Amino acid sequence: MSDSRYFTTTKKGEMFELKADLNSERKDKRKDAVKKVIASMTVGKDVSALFPDVINCMQTDNLELKKLVYLYLMNYAKSQPDMAIMAVNTFVKDCDDTNPLIRALAVRTMGCIRVDKITEYLCEPLRKCLKDEDPYVRKTAAVCVAKLYDINATMVEDQGFLDALKDLLSDSNPMVVANAVAGLSEIAESSPRAGMLDFMSPPTVNKLLTALNECTEWGQIFILDSLSNYVPSDGKEAQSISERVTPRLQHANSAVVLSAVKVLMRLMDMLNEDKEYLSVLLKKLAPPLVTLLSSEPEIQYVALRNINLIVQKRPEVLKHEMKVFFVKYNDPIYVKLEKLDIMIRLAAQSNIAQVLAELKEYAQEVDVDFVRKSVRAIGRCAIKVEQSAERCVGTLIDLIRTKVNYVVQEAVVVIKDIFRKYPNKYESIIANLCENLDTLDEPEARASMIWIIGEYAERIDNAEELLESFLEGFHDESTLVQLQLLTAIVKLFLKKPTETQDLVQSVLSLATQDSDNPDLRDRGYIYWRLLSTDPAAAKDVVLAEKPLISEETDLLEPTLLDELICHIASLASVYHKPPSAFIEGAKGALVIRKSLAAKDDTTNATRAEPVSQTPQPQIIPAQDALVTDLLGLDITAPQTYQPPVAAAPAPQMLDPFGGLDSLLGGPNLAPAATAAPPAMPGLATDALGGLGDIFSASAPAKSYRGPTVVLLDPTRAKGLELKGSFQRRNNQIFLDLTATNRAMQAMSGFAIQFNKNSFGLAPSQPLNMTLVNPNQSAEASLPLHASGPIQKMEPLNSVQVALKNNIDVFYFATTVPLYVFFTEDGAMERKVFLDTWKDIPAANERQFQLDNIGSVPGMSADVANDKLNANNVFTIAKRNVDGKDMIYLSLKLTNAIWVLAEMRSQPGDPTYSLAFKTRAPEVSALVYQAFDEILRH
Amino acid sequence: MIGGLFLYNHKGEVLISRIYRDDIGRNACDAFRVNVIHARQQVRSPVTNIARTSFFHTKRGNIWLCAVTKQNVNAAMVFEFLLKMVDVMQSYFGKINEENIKNNFVLIYELLDEVLDFGYPQKTDTGILKTFITQQGIKTQSKEETTQITSQVTGQIGWRREGIKYRRNELFLDVLESVNLLMSPQGQVLSAHVAGRVIMKSYLSGMPECKFGMNDKLVIDKSARSADDGSRRTAGHNTSGKPSIAIDDCTFHQCVKLSKFESERSISFIPADGEFELMRYRTTKDISLPFRVIPLVRDIGRSKMEVKVVVKSNFKPTLLAQKIEIRIPTPLNTSGVQVLCMKGKAKYKSSDNAIVWKMKRMAGMKESQISAEIELLPTSDKKKWSRPPISMNFEVPFAPSGLKVRYLKVFEHKLNYNDHDVIKWVRYIGRSGLYETRC
Repeated sequence: MSDSRYFTTTKKGEMFELKADLNSERKDKRKDAVKKVIASMTVGKDVSALFPDVINCMQTDNLELKKLVYLYLMNYAKSQPDMAIMAVNTFVKDCDDTNPLIRALAVRTMGCIRVDKITEYLCEPLRKCLKDEDPYVRKTAAVCVAKLYDINATMVEDQGFLDALKDLLSDSNPMVVANAVAGLSEIAESSPRAGMLDFMSPPTVNKLLTALNECTEWGQIFILDSLSNYVPSDGKEAQSISERVTPRLQHANSAVVLSAVKVLMRLMDMLNEDKEYLSVLLKKLAPPLVTLLSSEPEIQYVALRNINLIVQKRPEVLKHEMKVFFVKYNDPIYVKLEKLDIMIRLAAQSNIAQVLAELKEYAQEVDVDFVRKSVRAIGRCAIKVEQSAERCVGTLIDLIRTKVNYVVQEAVVVIKDIFRKYPNKYESIIANLCENLDTLDEPEARASMIWIIGEYAERIDNAEELLESFLEGFHDESTLVQLQLLTAIVKLFLKKPTETQDLVQSVLSLATQDSDNPDLRDRGYIYWRLLSTDPAAAKDVVLAEKPLISEETDLLEPTLLDELICHIASLASVYHKPPSAFIEGAKGALVIRKSLAAKDDTTNATRAEPVSQTPQPQIIPAQDALVTDLLGLDITAPQTYQPPVAAAPAPQMLDPFGGLDSLLGGPNLAPAATAAPPAMPGLATDALGGLGDIFSASAPAKSYRGPTVVLLDPTRAKGLELKGSFQRRNNQIFLDLTATNRAMQAMSGFAIQFNKNSFGLAPSQPLNMTLVNPNQSAEASLPLHASGPIQKMEPLNSVQVALKNNIDVFYFATTVPLYVFFTEDGAMERKVFLDTWKDIPAANERQFQLDNIGSVPGMSADVANDKLNANNVFTIAKRNVDGKDMIYLSLKLTNAIWVLAEMRSQPGDPTYSLAFKTRAPEVSALVYQAFDEILRH
Repeated sequence: MIGGLFLYNHKGEVLISRIYRDDIGRNACDAFRVNVIHARQQVRSPVTNIARTSFFHTKRGNIWLCAVTKQNVNAAMVFEFLLKMVDVMQSYFGKINEENIKNNFVLIYELLDEVLDFGYPQKTDTGILKTFITQQGIKTQSKEETTQITSQVTGQIGWRREGIKYRRNELFLDVLESVNLLMSPQGQVLSAHVAGRVIMKSYLSGMPECKFGMNDKLVIDKSARSADDGSRRTAGHNTSGKPSIAIDDCTFHQCVKLSKFESERSISFIPADGEFELMRYRTTKDISLPFRVIPLVRDIGRSKMEVKVVVKSNFKPTLLAQKIEIRIPTPLNTSGVQVLCMKGKAKYKSSDNAIVWKMKRMAGMKESQISAEIELLPTSDKKKWSRPPISMNFEVPFAPSGLKVRYLKVFEHKLNYNDHDVIKWVRYIGRSGLYETRC
């Protein structure tokens, strides 16, 4: 008798017939009818109308029929809550059945019915089942708590079920323990009150490790996954846990193996004390990981994605296992692509010959994606292993000769990278590349080829011709190609100015006049102005030496990598994304971001020391409070920003930009040229003239430039490295910033905002930093004013800053050296000085010592005096008393606080004394620091 | 955890749909059908994320099995579970196809209710499942019977029930190895490994404890060292002169006590009843490759190719290899092939784009060869033929890794039979895995 017939009927009046059958006297007829109902339900028909009739069949001693009715109930109870109540009695009765299978079935099903009224009735039976004598019932009840928590968390907490579940962790039956730990872990992870639920304590861990040896493969996974969230108190505990987890690496179930690997990877950071044990452990990891590659392809895929992470975190684990990652002819494509990734990661001088031979083989396969990736891999090998570069280039040339279109294009792209890495080495192959110019139809390949032509224009005889041919279809090209073409032609012009004037003229006008793309237009204008004002400067800018590209371009960012290591075996490790990126929004916000445990204390301490000596940015302790504060400010609405004005006809514009001359002549600005603000014709003269002043003119050479400090660490700011220093120039405070992009994606949309601070420091212009490409830096000088909102900070000179870009908002705190607040009008009249000095009570006087300042080379009282004067500390009077040089100084802070100082020194004594008098004595210490810094540089 | 499980036929029609979590809507099964089964381009990953919902799939024949979740689940676990589910279904009703699934849909629902609870995998051992999920349905059971079932389901020895009795205590060990090889055209071994399995069929009474021993280098070296302080040992040989093998890695059936293996490297276990896979292992050193394939390919002009392949057997002359098949790929534009072989039968199969050469058996230390002339149609297609490797299939009556079973001891203290009363059989079979030579 076959059940498939239940799927077949679709005739009219079916419902009616089913209804009759469900109410039939005959048991077998009823059972058949229920089966038919379930079959219809499976294929998506709505059979909810039969609810009461199906429920009627619930009272039966036939377990199979009962299960079918329950299945129906789980599906439709939600849509018929009132009628579902009819079932409660049967459930409650079943929970008292003598047969444990029926008791368990009842409690299991009840938990799946998400109807409030039913849940109320569930509590009592559940409480009983949690203490049932039969382990099968208990293990089912344990899961039921998790189900109930999903429906009504407060009720579970109020009814004390969480404690009951925690009690089950000590159950004698391993499967009960496993289900309890699975439930608790999930509750802990999903609950906003997760802190409450920290159920992992050393004794619990011990129990779990014991149960680990005895429970089912699935139970082992639950236990290992929850163990991976536990942070042992010290290295010793970590070692004992890892010893007890290690045998799991031999399990036949790959998920057990990967979960064990996860636990071990997390513990490793704490195992620094016993280096020998750590290296043994690392050796033990490799064979099980390799074994995973002989399982089913789907498992292999998960394993490979994880190995990719492990290799990045601990390259030593698999460095000798290159061969197992060789691609097999009939591997599914997703396995092939992943293997290729790992091969590149493992490529080293010792195995490069083999790897290259393999890659060459792969480049001749049929799957287009795979072939492309193989060709790219060859290029990456060249960049990674210098000794192999020549061989790689040879291989690439061979591949180009095959004339297979996509192979050629991919090869061109990687050859560009090889040129960047090894300049002036392989340019002889350019001729081979040029032969294939016509076949390139992908933007990236075209852009790469154009870059090569521009970069080596002097060596390519017909470079002009080649670039001109690209120019014909300028408007149809993608932005990438357009930008590259513009740059390449300018390069060509600078190298061969005589023949290419027309060409450069036409590309500039194409870019500036006929294009709607602001990036392209801006770049066009910049070049135009550069060329028309100072070709020499243009040469310095455009033909500047480029930084070499780094070896590994596709590494995950370290913080992300650490987070993913904590998620080994899980979906996050498959996607290489943090869980918040693919988990439902509401929950995602609450997902606790995991991170690796800190190294043990000793290393922490040693690392902390140097930190305390240099002024480092602190991560603000009470971040929450700050976040709300900063979010209150409107970070995205720059007030002074002027929207770009549509381009005016270009020729007339050249004049007003004369100001640029001085701008570009100025020192160290050249690299920032591309990041300069999009200059607007209307405000050009003024604004740029002003800029010129700033950069070239009057700032006295002696003026002290403060040290540059790291404001944002790339590992904590998603790859953004931000360095900066506060400076005072021309009566204005500036924050000079250098942003370096260490992430893999371009950063843009920068904006900056200051929190309220003691001196009311705030930006007076929006941050003019537009786009930072991966592995590039941009500089910007942010003018600040000191008339913003004021709030007293501790220490006084600290400011909290929020920096936003397209990726995230980052917060940091830093201290502002006080000398940037010394104003130019800080000179006091002598008389006023004397009066004030007397007027200020002695209690406000603060004494300081400048230790060993006299031993700074070239230091004397006069030099010190000059240095201070150059930084807006003004000399009021000098005296010599008893062979001691006394200098009286005054300064004024931006918030109109006057500080009077007396500096005493004696020839032969390296220590100078300082005395400050001010109405706000709390600034004295900071002024002293500023003096100290100024004098010592 | 797993939010739901769907089975589809090749057209994307739902055969089985079981939802475990509230966050999975009924439209989830449509999303998978539209985005994966009916996708215009071949889907290139077994994991797909559609609108923040993740779908894991695998295929058996025409049937798609798909697990769905909205959480950050253990992905390896989900796939292991899907594969296990395939095993369970196969052992209940044989081949997985549309007809069988439709015929057994009630059973499958019943299984799904038992093996997953709220998406947590529970018990998946078929031996145990079969004791209480039967197609007949359990009618009447005594109290003892049901508690026995539940204690087994949750028990520490979940893979074996109490009270098994056989008149004759007997066990069979099969050492099944598959040799994998990738060889360059010049005869250089690019990679080679053996993936082996030890399959045990046990028909033993009571709750016997077993101990399994093989010529594992680590164990033998250790015992040799304790025997004579390791003074006269040579690599790979212990004092008694028997070769031992280096096992790269091994994994065990859940019945094996892993902590004991970790500390003493001894394999002890209470076996499951009937057939089960005791262990899997992998070796890469000192593999005896049973065959060597030497290809010779020559292009004669644009319309002809000449292929000559020599096969050499490389094992004891007294042994016989069986079921030998060699596949020589031919270009897609092949118009005709003339084959000549010394032994066996060879045929050009245009549907497979290959010449298939079969030999029933071949003794050790022999050589045979085939030569073929391939005529090609002129093509304008620029795409190069990717020259797939020559692959080979065979079966040999020895273990290419060199693994030898040294003992399998059986102890049953409660019943009165001992190790000597058990009849034991051991068999070695070496098969080709991916045995390829590039040409």
